[in-house]
Amino acid sequence: MSDIVPFVVFTLQAAVRAGTPLLFAVLGDILTERSGVMNLGIEGLMLVGAISGFVASYSTGNLFLAIVVAMLAGAALGLVHAFFTISLRVNQIVSGLAITMLGTGISGLWGKGYVGVVAQRFTPMRIPLLSDIPYIGTIFFNHSLLVYISYICVPLLWLFVYKTKYGMTLRAVGEAPEAADSRGINVFAVRYFYTVLGCSITAIGGAYLSLAYNSMWIENMTAGRGWIAIALVLFATWDPVKALFGAYLFGGVTALGFRLQAIGADIPTDFLRMLPYLLTVVVLIFTSTEKLRLRVGAPATLGIPYSREEKT
Amino acid sequence: MLEMKDIAKSFPGVKAVDDVSFVLKSGEVHTLLGENGAGKTTLMNILFGIYRQDSGEILIDGKHVKISSPHNAIAHGIGMVQQHFTLVPSFTVAENTVLGLRELGVFPRTGRVERRIRELGDTYGLKVDPDARAWTLSVGEKQRVEILKILYTGAKILILDEPTAVLVPHETRALFDALRKMKEADTSVVFISHKLDEVMQISDRITVLRKGLAVDTVDKKATTKAALAKMMVGRDLLVDVPRTDVETGSKILEVKNLRVNDDRGLTAVNDISFTVRAGEVLGIAGVEGNGQRELAECIYGMRKPLNGKVFIDGQDITRTPVRKRVQLGLSFIPQDRKGMAISPNLSVEENLFAKNYATQSVPSHPLLSNRTGVSTASRKLVRDFSIVTPSEKTRAKYLSGGNIQKVVLARELSSSPKAVIAAQPTRGLDVGAMEFVYKTLLEQKKKGAAVLLLAGDLDELFRLADRVAVIYGGKLVGYASPDSSNREKIGLMMSGASGAGDEA
Repeated sequence: MSDIVPFVVFTLQAAVRAGTPLLFAVLGDILTERSGVMNLGIEGLMLVGAISGFVASYSTGNLFLAIVVAMLAGAALGLVHAFFTISLRVNQIVSGLAITMLGTGISGLWGKGYVGVVAQRFTPMRIPLLSDIPYIGTIFFNHSLLVYISYICVPLLWLFVYKTKYGMTLRAVGEAPEAADSRGINVFAVRYFYTVLGCSITAIGGAYLSLAYNSMWIENMTAGRGWIAIALVLFATWDPVKALFGAYLFGGVTALGFRLQAIGADIPTDFLRMLPYLLTVVVLIFTSTEKLRLRVGAPATLGIPYSREEKT
Repeated sequence: MLEMKDIAKSFPGVKAVDDVSFVLKSGEVHTLLGENGAGKTTLMNILFGIYRQDSGEILIDGKHVKISSPHNAIAHGIGMVQQHFTLVPSFTVAENTVLGLRELGVFPRTGRVERRIRELGDTYGLKVDPDARAWTLSVGEKQRVEILKILYTGAKILILDEPTAVLVPHETRALFDALRKMKEADTSVVFISHKLDEVMQISDRITVLRKGLAVDTVDKKATTKAALAKMMVGRDLLVDVPRTDVETGSKILEVKNLRVNDDRGLTAVNDISFTVRAGEVLGIAGVEGNGQRELAECIYGMRKPLNGKVFIDGQDITRTPVRKRVQLGLSFIPQDRKGMAISPNLSVEENLFAKNYATQSVPSHPLLSNRTGVSTASRKLVRDFSIVTPSEKTRAKYLSGGNIQKVVLARELSSSPKAVIAAQPTRGLDVGAMEFVYKTLLEQKKKGAAVLLLAGDLDELFRLADRVAVIYGGKLVGYASPDSSNREKIGLMMSGASGAGDEA
């Protein structure tokens, strides 16, 4: 039984590693959806983030620049989504799906020449002192820089969304845009801003995959993580702190799949790989009650374009 | 202090406001009186910066101003309480009050705001808990919050769009008291209404609008209800549709111990029992959201009861599907006109016969619809119910509210139902259409139908109902006879004051 402790510790460490790309994607999408814009384009955004970050790292060797490029690429796609859904009032689901397909296509095409090459990558950095704490240190403080950035993002975003006036404005726009409008808040500008910002943060999740998690470019390397992220946003009820738990829970299920395979457990690998998606379905079933939505201030206008003079 | 000069505004196909001028003095309550569609709300939406006028100008204290947005209007000291409240449900009262204001720091602190809201509430008699979340408030409280939001910004001009439509009598009185106090503080109030009694109570001056034109501005002291009614409608009104007494017959609609949940899974109808006899109108009075919708939908079969039974003509229909209920002679006029009563994108004709497959009033092939038969029959219905529509092929959504309701009445009542459920049948209708609805429902009663009328407007209940039951919090809290002398008593019961009613 003495094997069990290291097994658990390494699984948890892997959970953080596997959960981080989801966490970035979910945090970004929380901002976008809080403003009332539904975004089903996460999968595409992550792929574009992954390839653009990878290419930038390969060409310049500068990882900081790589993240900036990934964010800009995400922002550019976000701007497309914003233009279609906010200005043209295209159905948000359709536009989101188009973004996913567009992102998948662009990344595949662009990535053709980068398959199998090696680029500068994020390497694990031990945090002095903290990483010496037994177990906890290994699980949380022996990761790459991007993981630490995600740690900081969670409380910052939580404060931003719930405690600042900008967060108030954001929530009001998603929940009751006509109320926000009547108080002189520019609903369109707010939605544009958070759609673009959210998409750029989501793209970091993709860059994490190609620059830290896998450290190479593989076509379609997100493997459905974008869709899991969409479910996680609901699971987290648009709350950044709950998003952290959700992301690590899903990361843990993924990691457990790999771990069990590695120790040769007698479970079919297909079943293990299915686990995160199965959990997604279960989560969706339990997070769809009306009362919960009111309590947490769910963006009630999610998916509904805003128009001031609209007469139904 | 405020002047609107020759304001005009058109929407595609309609001239909503046609060269209207309007002067508001400081410290007065100025009523805009008119039927629905007369342009009252449009005119005020222009003043509040929601719409931009096509022509005309606005002067405040003699200076020209351009009001391009609600924010801009607030900066000019103008605030408006819309008919549909604009509160963020998950925010507290205090947060709703300061949302979007410049004074807000990066990390808003609401302590000071809450104190100020309490102060304002005490001054004007608009009490509300500043720490309560908006979604937990009653309609009356939400309205108070909307007014406080405006007072908080220090506005000197307050526009109220049909504020009493959602209030019970004693809440209306409290609102009027608050308005009088605001007058004393030199705040001007624009009061939009079509209820003459209230207009005569609260106004200093009255501007009557009809079909986008300003008919006249009069001093309250120099006018009468009848004169105003005539200006508003352009002809003399039937002041009272006489209530005919019909001998009541056997029990037609019977509900026993009904318990129904709402969409959120909370109890909406709690152990309700009543009987409606042939030739009787039972009125159910209540502020909206006290279970009326769930009750009506359950009787019609669109919502499953947790408990209890529904009978029509002595037959238990609790588990009967809607289609079967229709064939048994049950009709429903839903309160959600555009969402449930009609299909907005289908033609008038298609809406008139949307239920025909169940009732077979026009002979048709089992698979194919009988277009000619339907067209002929619908032309007759359009005539009989005087539905104003360009043609029977026009999409229903292009009709006015009154004509949409006539389409619904024609479909629901032309089959001579045994029982009619009418939920808020005159909400949002102008006086003419209202008269039509009253007349049609009373005809049904004369024909011996049992009518269940769910309404919030006491005048309506007094005109139509033979008995009035009051619903509050999903329970029938008491019965009263429909008599103006019972107005206060019924109002109290509607607001949940217990023990006010007779048991029956």
